[in-house]
Amino acid sequence: MNFDLILGILQIVLIATTPLVFAGIGELVTEKSGVLNLGVEGMMLVGAVSAFIILVITESYFLAFFVSILSGIIMSGLFAFLVLFLMSNQIATGLALTIFGIGLSSMLGKQYIGTPIDGLSPWFFVIFSFLIVFLVSYFFYKTKAGLILRAVGESHNSAHALGYSVIKIRFLSILFGGSMCALAGSYISICYAPMWQEGMTAGRGWIALALVVFATWKPERVLIGAYIFGGVTILQMNLQALGLRFPGQFFSMAPYLATIIVLVLISSNKLRIKLSAPASLTIPFYKGR
Amino acid sequence: MIRIITFLSTFLVFSFGSAYADPKKVGFIYIGPPGDHGWTYMHDVGRKYMESQLGDSITTTYLENIPENADAVRAIRKLADSGHDLIFTTSFNYMDQTHEVAKDFPDIKFEHATGYIQADNVATYSARFYEGRMIEGHIAGHMTETNTIGYIASFPIPEVVRGINAFYLAAAKVNPDIKMKIIWVFTWYDPGKEADAANTLINQGADIIVQHTDTYAPCQAAQKAGVYAFGQASNQEEFCPDAHLTSIEDIWGPYYAARAKAVVDGTWSSGDTWDGMDKGMVVMSPYNNKLMPASLIQEAVNMEVGIKDGTIHPFTGPIYNQAGELVVPEGEVAPDGMLLGMNFYVQGIDGEVPQ
Repeated sequence: MNFDLILGILQIVLIATTPLVFAGIGELVTEKSGVLNLGVEGMMLVGAVSAFIILVITESYFLAFFVSILSGIIMSGLFAFLVLFLMSNQIATGLALTIFGIGLSSMLGKQYIGTPIDGLSPWFFVIFSFLIVFLVSYFFYKTKAGLILRAVGESHNSAHALGYSVIKIRFLSILFGGSMCALAGSYISICYAPMWQEGMTAGRGWIALALVVFATWKPERVLIGAYIFGGVTILQMNLQALGLRFPGQFFSMAPYLATIIVLVLISSNKLRIKLSAPASLTIPFYKGR
Repeated sequence: MIRIITFLSTFLVFSFGSAYADPKKVGFIYIGPPGDHGWTYMHDVGRKYMESQLGDSITTTYLENIPENADAVRAIRKLADSGHDLIFTTSFNYMDQTHEVAKDFPDIKFEHATGYIQADNVATYSARFYEGRMIEGHIAGHMTETNTIGYIASFPIPEVVRGINAFYLAAAKVNPDIKMKIIWVFTWYDPGKEADAANTLINQGADIIVQHTDTYAPCQAAQKAGVYAFGQASNQEEFCPDAHLTSIEDIWGPYYAARAKAVVDGTWSSGDTWDGMDKGMVVMSPYNNKLMPASLIQEAVNMEVGIKDGTIHPFTGPIYNQAGELVVPEGEVAPDGMLLGMNFYVQGIDGEVPQ
């Protein structure tokens, strides 16, 4: 083991984990406000394809990321409209959003598959991903607005009674979640593996969802969890390449297994669930009740 | 309802005295999207070639991104139910699913790619990709400076293991110091993970990246890191011109056209087809003359000729397994049976095939 090797491994872990951090922290904010959006994978794909297309057309990285985030806002805005105003079921709507996103991104990207682009260095985004986690943490626990958002997620009726606009706060939280997911997607198609391929996020949206549960809805733990998930994957690759016997299949399912274990642990005690999951998660809010 | 429509349309065709018989319906099950510029892409190129050869006598459909689980049964059954006459299932792990559906539809012909179990209405076909792996190994043995090859493998099935062995045998022949680093990623298709694997291998000193996965992410990663790579399934030079040495191309078109023609003519019969360079099913992409010396390109071309006329075989003895046992005696070549079920590394490769 020499220093360069370890530094190299660290770099690969950082690059590979960043999209999980973005999508995870976005979904965390959405869930903290009491809304479960299962459309993460779909929003990531639409974000990835829109960034790629804009980059090919305009050759401007700024515009690519800008439009990508915009696409995330539109996708999540659609979701927000359905679940907040039309009171549709959050789980069904979220799944539909993922299916819609997979289809839409394939359709939009059809003619751009295999277009070569110049990838962008990932380091800015890696640093930004750490920053955003700490900003969200600060927002939740040190600002009044963060407290209100959490209150809406815990008990929307109380928050409403105190005069806060539950719908508005949830709407904004969903939009933030959507823009972060799109950012994660565009990072994948522009920095991580610079290309557009159908379904190229390959399940990372679902890992991000699992991550929020794994983190028991705490921002810093999303970061820690993401690096455990990402680190384990890269570590097992390194062990394989060093010729050690290793059950690679096991590590492919490890993130999901870990999530189930955490779920079991926090569900085994009613008090623990109350302490971690936002109490109003997935419960629709009817004004005037 | 569908039956009535079918009946009516048959009736219409006959009543207008059309010159055509009913076009035969040919269906494909794809593991990835046709846009992967790798495995599925080449099957789709084959499908289009078949269409261009047979014209109005066939119509084709495909279902893409079908996972290798119970979903595949549903997808294959969907094609069978909707009146397809010939169905190609284009991935190894569709094997059980193909046979499960084929049992229920004895009149429909099935073709399972890279499989090894046949039935009355299930034929298997594959290409001898390992012939290309031998040429890649020869090139890698000459081109590597760190004597370390990084190999990204997908699933531990005979086709992949065979490729690794063929590559290593040829590489070790020209460069006995060569070391193989192998990462099994357990996916055919995940650009991010493929890039991670490539970067991990490069970080551990590999200066040539070989892949048995479906996207060009590893080749791109190699280009970025300034090392060499071999593409997969189709010519990927445009995505990584400074890294790409050559690719093994899968040419399915002529086979697909011949099999569909057999169904149209009513002469289809089950069987096993395993063709290589001699029949044009395996083709090497143009060798990169910016990166490779002319003499090496010439050697590679000579090898192609030898493989085609049968004087060179990638698995020519003596070949030992990792335990040091002689598996192919001197002067003999490995029988197809051994190649088809290959689940061991040859001597000289570290690690073991995951089970």
